Amino acid sequence: MGLEAFIAERKQDKDLLVMAHVVCGYPSFEDNMQELEIMAEAGVDLVELQFPFSEPSADGPLFVRANEQSLKAGTTVDQCFEFMAKVSARFPFKVLMMGYYNTVFKMGEELFVQRLREAGGVGYILPDLPVEESANLHQLSADAGIEPIILMTPTSSDKRLAQLGAASRGMVYAVARKGVTGSKTNMGDDVIALIDRCRQHTNVPIGVGFGITSKADMDFLRGSADLAIVGTAALQTWEDSGAEGLKAFFADLLA
Amino acid sequence: MDIFDFSDGREGYYGEYGGVFLPEILHATIEELLECFRECKADPKFWQDYVSLLQNYSGRPTPVTYLENLSRELGGAQIYVKRDDLNHTGSHKVNNVMGQGLLTQRLGKKRVIAETGAGQHGFATATMAAKFGFDCKIYMGAVDVARQRPNVFWMENLGAEVIAVEDGQKTLKDAVNECMRDWVTNMADTHYILGTACGPHPFPEMVSWFQSIIGMEAREQIVAQTGRLPNRVYACVGGGSNAMGLFQGFFDEPNVELIGCEAGGEGVGSYMHSARLAYDDASVGVAQGYKTYFLQNDEGNMSETHSVAAGLDYIGVNPIFSYLHDQGKVRFEAATDAEVKETLKLTMRTEGLIPALESTHGFVVALKEAATMAKDEIVLVNMSGRGDKDIFTIADALDDAKWKSFICGKADQYRAEKK
Ligand SMILES: Cc1ncc(COP(=O)(O)O)c(C=O)c1O
Repeated sequence: MGLEAFIAERKQDKDLLVMAHVVCGYPSFEDNMQELEIMAEAGVDLVELQFPFSEPSADGPLFVRANEQSLKAGTTVDQCFEFMAKVSARFPFKVLMMGYYNTVFKMGEELFVQRLREAGGVGYILPDLPVEESANLHQLSADAGIEPIILMTPTSSDKRLAQLGAASRGMVYAVARKGVTGSKTNMGDDVIALIDRCRQHTNVPIGVGFGITSKADMDFLRGSADLAIVGTAALQTWEDSGAEGLKAFFADLLA
Repeated sequence: MDIFDFSDGREGYYGEYGGVFLPEILHATIEELLECFRECKADPKFWQDYVSLLQNYSGRPTPVTYLENLSRELGGAQIYVKRDDLNHTGSHKVNNVMGQGLLTQRLGKKRVIAETGAGQHGFATATMAAKFGFDCKIYMGAVDVARQRPNVFWMENLGAEVIAVEDGQKTLKDAVNECMRDWVTNMADTHYILGTACGPHPFPEMVSWFQSIIGMEAREQIVAQTGRLPNRVYACVGGGSNAMGLFQGFFDEPNVELIGCEAGGEGVGSYMHSARLAYDDASVGVAQGYKTYFLQNDEGNMSETHSVAAGLDYIGVNPIFSYLHDQGKVRFEAATDAEVKETLKLTMRTEGLIPALESTHGFVVALKEAATMAKDEIVLVNMSGRGDKDIFTIADALDDAKWKSFICGKADQYRAEKK
């Protein structure tokens, strides 16, 4: 089942889905597996597996460190795909690859799409790959039934949103604010306005990410967004208070 | 040849290199910058303002100096040096910075950020910000902060905030990443003054345009002094801005050979260098907003780089050079740390010149080749900066006992004051 159909199915009994995130190999693949068990248990719908990169320039301090430590520990692309295959076979949530374009470029776009598919991934998020540079990759993805997740942002003009909307497949990732991953976003009217603007330019489901940390944020997004995307807050919780903390975090988020 | 005449749909590309690979959130900012740059480039008044600013503030035109002693001693080609070390703040970096400062005014922005390796670009940016009244934040790898303290001192005293970047290798590339992170947050009031001809379009073109003043002047000066064009032209290549600047004066001359001199660090096979084009260790990749040759592994993660010169210690290279390298229009060589130290001693003693460690890489290759050339041939070398900033590194390299005892004395004095 493709991403869009999966989201539609899950939305039949939930009004706001959750997409979570782990950085592959940080703190370790064993930790990742434990985190994912907790996420699956809590009912998370989608998970981004971030393939670590040495220059994570769209990430904030916590993920920067996670990328760096993971690479230092020797994490390879092969390991990330093997892990993805295990994860997608084991859990009910769907899995996306998140990373930077150089990982894809070095492997070759065709091989990337093929490996992603073989590992059970349904899509990918490459924050440093603009649509202008995506034509070939998007075509290969369409042929393979893999969805490229397009990002829409508060600085995107209507003209730009129209362009992005035309390229959107599966779901759109609406970036709630300027900046990198990590710090808190004040959920306010401008986030709702952004979602409304995105909807004018795409029919696919919309996930909102960057700075989502709490049930209050979830309540705020309910009725506007289709998915809430939770990244840094979960990793921070794992680092601060381990498995128990993470269980409580998702229990609260999904209450 | 105009490498900046892009064909349809290939704006910002030099062959397969260049482009814009940035987060979507910066799309509008880059469009705005591109539009403003196009206006400036089309406006003769902008270039006039730029040239007169550099004349009145930075001492341009910088001279071309004939190295009579060294030419005689080596017994080969006649050696000439373009003296961009004589700029205010001591390097060619100020050319680009003053140009982007004028552009920042046109953009109506009030805050500037910059990465810096050797600190020369940060120093120039802090100077420009003080003069133009901009808020200024400089990102510099912690390793570079430690080895280029004199420049950090000046940046801070000029009113800039200097952030020591603790991520990654703690050098230039990591400072670029931090600038990107600042920019995606603060683009509304902030212009990112990228310091070399790298990064996303239009930076390679824009920085090359501002630096072309070096080549325009040098061509006229060398012809005036010698009655002819040089046979070979040399410049060190970090990101490639001083080299692009000088080379543009000679791009259309089939009989002038252009040689880019990269940081060979500990040499071929050491994997402790920053030679992207001269050695065979780099491959094409996409990072820091553009596509070019990077020193990276098979999975696209960047390798550790090394150079005695902080300003050359970088993973990537100007995409224009990747293209010109493929086309065989520019030849790339590397100078090792050890060669640089020897050549620096030689230029100090025989000519009274103190080139920056970066610039000395160009001298190494030029002097080596000049010695094998005929007496009636001419070589031109870019002295992109002066070596004052390197006093700590050079003193270490020379193991200068008097300097060390001076520093110990200063340390004792500060310790006594603290008590
Ligand atoms: C004096 C000097 N020369 C050269 C460079 C290298 O930069 P580029 O290759 O852009 O000229 C630097 C960079 O910091 C520098 O300070």
